[in-house]
Parts: sequence; structure tokens; C-alpha cells
Amino acid sequence: MVQKGLKYTETHEWVNIRGNIAIVGITDYAQKQLGDIVFVDLPEEGDEVTKGDSMASVEAVKAVADVNAPLNGIIVGVNEKLEDAPDLINSSPYDEAWIAKIKISDSNEIDDLMDAEEYEAFIGE
Amino acid sequence: MRPTPFYEIHKQKNAKIDSFAGFLMPIQYPTGIIREHRQVRDSVGMFDLSHMGEIIVRGEKRLDFVYNLITNDASKLAVGQTLYTPMCYPDGGIVDDLLVYRMKDYFYLVVNASNIEKDFLWMKENQIEKMSLENASYDTALIAVQGPKAEEVVQKLTTLDLAKIGYYHFAFGQIAGVDVIISRTGYTGEDGFEIYFTNVDKAEEIWNLVESAGRKFDIIPIGLGARDTLRLEMKYPLYGNDIDKTTNPLEAGLRFFVKLDKDNFIGKSALVKVHQEKISRKLVAFEMLDKAVPRQHYEIYADDKKIGEVCSGTMSPSLNIGIGTGYVPREYMKTGTEIYIKVRNKMKRAIIIKPPFYKQGSVKR
Repeated sequence: MVQKGLKYTETHEWVNIRGNIAIVGITDYAQKQLGDIVFVDLPEEGDEVTKGDSMASVEAVKAVADVNAPLNGIIVGVNEKLEDAPDLINSSPYDEAWIAKIKISDSNEIDDLMDAEEYEAFIGE
Repeated sequence: MRPTPFYEIHKQKNAKIDSFAGFLMPIQYPTGIIREHRQVRDSVGMFDLSHMGEIIVRGEKRLDFVYNLITNDASKLAVGQTLYTPMCYPDGGIVDDLLVYRMKDYFYLVVNASNIEKDFLWMKENQIEKMSLENASYDTALIAVQGPKAEEVVQKLTTLDLAKIGYYHFAFGQIAGVDVIISRTGYTGEDGFEIYFTNVDKAEEIWNLVESAGRKFDIIPIGLGARDTLRLEMKYPLYGNDIDKTTNPLEAGLRFFVKLDKDNFIGKSALVKVHQEKISRKLVAFEMLDKAVPRQHYEIYADDKKIGEVCSGTMSPSLNIGIGTGYVPREYMKTGTEIYIKVRNKMKRAIIIKPPFYKQGSVKR
């Protein structure tokens, strides 16, 4: 399932742009590929993140996946609920399981992200 | 890539199928690894293990051959009994770990899928007069039924009295008119059976019969993912992760399966030397104290230096903590020793424990 109205990366993050804040999580497609999520290594508020570099990681039983920053910016919020309930990523990837909020450094970078239709085509759905 | 006789069933069940040791195997089903794992611990699950290799040793001198081939003592086996054993190179490195079944007229050797061809060649190289070898690996189907309810499920399928088959024992029987070996063995830490048969045309029928027999306990198929988490919670070694040709069975914690007082076996003199000089490192079991999941090849640290690498690691679905194994120098091998695992450039605390990780298994010893 791909949610309309969000932006997407080729590394399967979704991005919800709210003014100069980007809320980031991983897509339903990504959580299905990984299987049961058992642990999330969250970034810290104030961390500077670089577009395309790992800012968090999501651990399934048999695999670990990086969560890459979709844009340059600074972490201004993390979803601490995921520390105790990492499986929210499986059950509610687009809503309850947002991972971090990034204060966007350069809003021009938003144009580099895919929209829902492009992401659907990208994953072949 | 070889499909197993149950490949179509796995596809119908929407399993995630991947190649493993040249076979197309179900890694997990849509139920997910954690649910599959818990099903086996709490009740009963069924596995397609048809990728495992089966090699038959026949002839007058079959016992002499097997005796020399393995580190455990096959001369002590009764007909109808099975043993677990490493098989070593002359330098003590491990060729494979396997099960040896003693039948009336032959030995039946069950080897790892990843080692079938290598093992068969190794056996050929060490073949003696008046015996023969047959590789039956690609004509044999294997279903494992594992969990505390396994006996109740399998009993519905056979007229054999399963209560009379002890741990590491087996009997010949029939399911759906097909000759089967029913063996009380497994790789999960739970009670259970492994069912071997060569009439693979009937494979789907037998699978469906097991599934029907297990309906009362909501039996589900279990993929290789959960098979790995189940075996690791028991610290059962996995060839390629925990043991290989660069490790010997003594440092791998398999001392019990190496009978150094045997007259002869391949690797004996090397292993006697290791035993006399004491092992320099040991495969230990560790639990994470910090919240983190150890993975294969992550580095192990103590006293600010690297002391080893993780061999097997996972999140334990039963204990809900990270668990793992790795070789560490003998000064660090004691239970209670604190070590560090380097996880994405951060040092995470761990402690060496006495295995198994999961101590409530229903396996009947």
C-alpha cells in the first residue's frame, strides 16, 4: 500500500512535508520486506542529518535496514514510542510509526523526492 | 536451483521463498518469524527440510568406515538409534556436523544441505573395501514436526506407538501407504519428530495429512528464519556460522560428541593435541545487556581490544533480547564475563551466559 499525499525515496522512506518540517518513516512495502520489526535505533534530537546517509536503523529478526535521511536538516523530534513498540512499524507504518521529524535545511531538495504515483511505479505495484 | 517436493505448497501459502544451499526454500510465511517461532515453543509447527542431505552406507565394512569417519562412536549405536556427531579433517577442522542412523543393514547419514556434495566427495575419498556409498539427497523428502504437541499430532498418522520411541531413536512406519522413517530428533529444543520418505510423488498428500492432524493445535508451517532463531536459542551450532573447517569441535563446545578414547578416527591425533594443550578459544553464548541485536561478523570487544567476531546473532523471540555466539580467547570464556559488541560503531554491553539461552524446551533427553 502506498499512501497518497506523501513523498517517497528510492530507499523506501516516506516523507510528510509540513511547512519546513519533514516527518519520516518507512513504507509499507519496506516493512513487508523486512518482516517482524524487533528494534529501532532512533536518532537524537539535534543530530544533523545528510541526505542519503543513515539516520536511524530498523531491525527485523533476520535483517537490519538503514533509515536514510531524505533531506539535509536537523532532527527536531523522534518517536520514542517505537522504543517499546517497534512492531508499530509493521502495524501502522504511515501513521503511528513515524520515526523522526527533520527541520529542512533546503526546501529545494523536496523536488528530488518521488510522489505516490512515481513510488508505486518504482516498486512495481 | 532445486525446488523441494513441497515447493507448490509454499507458493500457495505465499511464503517468502529464497535460495538456500541451492534449494528454493521458504524463509518465512506471512504469519512472520516471531509468530512461527512461538507456535513451535508453545504448541506445534511443521517444517519442510527436504534440502537436508541423506547418504547411505552399505556393505560388510560399513561400521569400520563410519567409525573412522566421525568423532562420535557409532559402534555404540543400537539398531533404531541415532547419534549427532562432527566429522573432521585430519587437522581437526570440521567437514560437517551430521546425524548417523543405524539401520539393520546400513547406516543413514543426514548432512547439511550446504555440504552435500563436499561431504559425499570426502566420504568417497575415505572409502574402504567392502562398502558402498549412495547419495540419496535429491530423492528424499523430509518433514519435521516440532513442539510440545508434536507427539499427539504425529501419533494420529501412524500405528507405531510413538511413546516407545525415545529421544534420538527412530522406527520405520507408513503414512498414506508410503514407507517413512519417523525419528525423534530435531533442531529446535522442543520435542518432535523428523519424517523421511523417498516416495516424493506422495509428498503433498503427506504434508496435507500432517496439517490436518495438527489442526486441533492450529499447526502452521515454519520457515528457515524461525528454524534459525529456534536453534540459536538452544545454542545448537550452524555449519557456516558457528563451525567450519577453521574451527575444531572442542573449541566449538562439542567435546561430548568427540570420543578421544576411540581407536581411530580422522582428526584424532590433532584433537588429542588440542585437548592436551587446552583450547585457546571457545564458542561462547552471550546475551545483550544493552538494547541491541548482534549480527554475524559484528566485532566483539573486551579490555578495549577486539577479541572476536559474532558467529550467530539474532533477537530472541522467546526472551525478547539480543543473543549471539562467538569465539573468544580462553581468558574471556567464563560465564558472567562482560564483553562489548560493536553495533554500528557503538559499543553495546553483553554478558557471557551458560547455554542454552532458552531453558524451558520440551525436548526429551
